[in-house]
Amino acid sequence: MDRFKTHRNDVLLIAALLILAGALALFLRLGRHSGGTVSVTVGGEMVAELPLDEDASLPIETESGTNLLVIEGAAARMESADCPDLLCVKMGAIRWAGESIVCLPHQVVVTVEGGPDGGFDAAAR
Amino acid sequence: MRASKIARYGLLVALALALSYAESLLPSPGVPGVKLGLPNLVVVFALYRLGTADAWALSLVRVLLVSLLFGNGASLAYSLAGAALSLAVMCLLKRTGKFSETGVSVAGGVAHNAGQIAVAVFLLETTRLAWYLPVLCLSGTVAGILIGLVSALLVKRVPEFKS
Repeated sequence: MDRFKTHRNDVLLIAALLILAGALALFLRLGRHSGGTVSVTVGGEMVAELPLDEDASLPIETESGTNLLVIEGAAARMESADCPDLLCVKMGAIRWAGESIVCLPHQVVVTVEGGPDGGFDAAAR
Repeated sequence: MRASKIARYGLLVALALALSYAESLLPSPGVPGVKLGLPNLVVVFALYRLGTADAWALSLVRVLLVSLLFGNGASLAYSLAGAALSLAVMCLLKRTGKFSETGVSVAGGVAHNAGQIAVAVFLLETTRLAWYLPVLCLSGTVAGILIGLVSALLVKRVPEFKS
């Protein structure tokens, strides 16, 4: 296999992966719905469910640490946390059904659930 | 095992560890899993210049050491899945002989992220992480291109590194 062919194959592979990323993004974007509630799970177990249209703040206690969830203006965000990387805080706010904030060190997942119009779950089923 | 071979392994493991640490100092863009994958420079180098078995050994030792030094049990699972899937895909692609270091590294970068999402789906028991697939596919590709280009230079230019 000469050099030109390997480089051509590299470019084809890269193009295919970029198209795949774009197609995935488009698919998820077209299927999005506004959220109705926010669910909080720790290690896969549901610990709380809150309406997205009411401002609230909820401390999430886990075995490994605490996260502070804030719901404001129909969007949920992690206000603060004592995990080492603070990625959950940096991820910003979520508002669309199916979007989630994940705190890997504490195994916390905050997910926006679909409103009355169905949402990601309905599309996935 | 000859002493010179042991010394080379030690050097590469130390380099991969240092790169892991250096990467942890870089600012994070705010999505888990989006990163450059600097240690993969060493893995790709080892894959091309030393061989498949050596690349596996280096990669596994690095993952174990990084988790012991900087991580915890959960981070070990993520790192292990990412590293193993990434290296498996890179070995397969290299064996076809149809791609250069760049293509191999790109596939490895995307496979690394896919492996980590798979573990996250398993550990967190949620399939909602599908939302991260597009951005992680994109970031894996971009990181793979950069790492692949640099690795190709290293593979070509680092003198005398045979065991």
